[in-house]
Amino acid sequence: MSRQTAVQPSVSWRLSDRLGLAMAWSMGLLFCLVCGAIVAYLLVQGVRYLHPDLLWTNPRVASGQNDTGGFLAPLLGTILVTSVAMALATPIGVGVAVWLSEYARPRPLARVVESTVEMFAGAPSVVLALFGVILFRASFMGFLTEKNGGVVYGKGFFPAGAMLSLLALPLVVTSVREGLRAIPNHVREASYALGKTKIATIRRVLLPAVRPDIITGSMIGAGHAIGDTAIIVILLGDTFQLQGAGGVPLLGTLRGTGSTLTSYVFDNAPTGDLNQPNKAFAAALVLLAMVLVINVLVDVFGRRTREQKWT
Amino acid sequence: MAIDDGLLLLEQEQGLSQDQRAELWLGALVCGVIVLLLAMVVFILAQAWPSFAHNGLHWFGSGGSVDHQIESIFSSANNLHRPIYTFHAWPLIWSTMLTTGGAVLLAFFASLFVAIFMVEFAPRPIQRVLEPVVRLLASVPSVIYGLIGVLVLVPFISNHLVTQSENASVEPVIQLTGGSLLAAVVILTVMIAPIMISIFADGLRAVPRGWLEGSLALGVNRWRTFWKIAVLSARPALVAGTVLAAARALGESVMLSMVSGSVGFAPNPADGLIFLFEPSRGLAATILHNTDELSSPPMEHTLFAIAAVLMFSALMLSLVGWATKAPFRRHFLVGGVAGGEHR
Repeated sequence: MSRQTAVQPSVSWRLSDRLGLAMAWSMGLLFCLVCGAIVAYLLVQGVRYLHPDLLWTNPRVASGQNDTGGFLAPLLGTILVTSVAMALATPIGVGVAVWLSEYARPRPLARVVESTVEMFAGAPSVVLALFGVILFRASFMGFLTEKNGGVVYGKGFFPAGAMLSLLALPLVVTSVREGLRAIPNHVREASYALGKTKIATIRRVLLPAVRPDIITGSMIGAGHAIGDTAIIVILLGDTFQLQGAGGVPLLGTLRGTGSTLTSYVFDNAPTGDLNQPNKAFAAALVLLAMVLVINVLVDVFGRRTREQKWT
Repeated sequence: MAIDDGLLLLEQEQGLSQDQRAELWLGALVCGVIVLLLAMVVFILAQAWPSFAHNGLHWFGSGGSVDHQIESIFSSANNLHRPIYTFHAWPLIWSTMLTTGGAVLLAFFASLFVAIFMVEFAPRPIQRVLEPVVRLLASVPSVIYGLIGVLVLVPFISNHLVTQSENASVEPVIQLTGGSLLAAVVILTVMIAPIMISIFADGLRAVPRGWLEGSLALGVNRWRTFWKIAVLSARPALVAGTVLAAARALGESVMLSMVSGSVGFAPNPADGLIFLFEPSRGLAATILHNTDELSSPPMEHTLFAIAAVLMFSALMLSLVGWATKAPFRRHFLVGGVAGGEHR
């Protein structure tokens, strides 16, 4: 963006204007200060307490902070539950975005779909979590979670991932829709002129073109899903270790319960059940690093999207 | 309509083209998403009904201690013939209103000025650092904000701001441990400000450069130009950012349950400044606080009633946002939030 190069002295301005300018500067600098303080504090505290072996050991029940182990299980849990969420949210989100942008045929339906997506974006995550509680307690959903003598437990990676995917869905939809909107119509028309059907055009022309948007959208969604705590605490069971259900290796783990870094931090904060601030800081730093990596990836892919030019 | 036609064709078993089938599948997916939302609303309202039915409008009123009510609701599960539902949620509602309102108000003014600074007045190096930092802060998990709050701000308030005499004056009712309305509002402000800033800044950036240059060419100074033209024409973005941030603040449960003191108490502004140090607990935080008690049916109905109120407030919020933006739609840059076109 171009900037004014000529610097005006603000001495001659009206008082209200100068006040406004001073306000903008002071607020801006205050914000920088707060940001710097937060990041520095987390870095210092996190690095002080983060040992590599924390990443490789499972949490244990013990009395002292030295004996309670690390957070391998929560770390794996975070990765697992986010993968489940994105595996659900990405295809559904792309489907909804494509329908909204390319078909949207009964107009009222399209408007309803738009507001539905918006509703999911605005829904508090505790509400989604409670919805998950009812949904996955139903007996026909029983195959997804552990059962105990006919009673469906309703907690595990599938329920938590499914509800997190609802949290991520609007972000994927928005990003993909924006990408599709940026493709000029003549690209579609060129494809039709070659005799391709609409769905073939979508699959062979439009979707490859919006691939960076799909990746960006699901990354932003994953960033949201990683950070959520309420759904995890309510739906994942918040158990110390990954407790698989049934014998099949990965599927059993996914049907079982576990915890994530967010719930680990929540439990280890002074207000939580465990109260080990040192562990909480270390886990928070790891969590922050994951969010940072995701942000950088979004930036990289976002830049690639912007470089793409249609002529 | 297209879907009905399609279904008709399907029944006739005349080979559908691949194209039509694809449209049907996508339509079905989209309808599935709508059904999911409807299911959420219906299920939650159905589960919430006993609590509302029993209390009527008194549900929203005050009276008695919320925490005691929750306890007796929970333990009434042992005697399912006479479940207790009496629940007066006013302290929780009031806490949510105070924290959300206070944080949105504070964050709005701060974010507006920060966004102006970032887009127009900041020197290049600061600008280049600030933009990614804002985006990072907007995606920091709320539990991390909660952790910082409970380990830094809460002890600070309890050690330096709350005096002995203040603590003694409320001794019979509550304890001032530092987990307070003030901590909740401050941390919530820090949490939602980056969301507002990034949306405000996108809106401000999307204002066509020519409009600003026209004003500058008339000899209007830089601040006045930006304030009168960029900020005014970015109003839809201001509304959008505020609504989004307010929704986030409303639904925030984890951070608030950590720093707000977690006591079902309604801080009373009539008490003077001390109300800032009084603990409270919002609606969302109450659900999280009591999730272990979902096993008790009366408690479950009560928690779902709280969720229903939250859901309804979120819906109202997005309606208000939509209604506020609607008049701008004809005259101003609605695409302002999307940005990009004018860069």
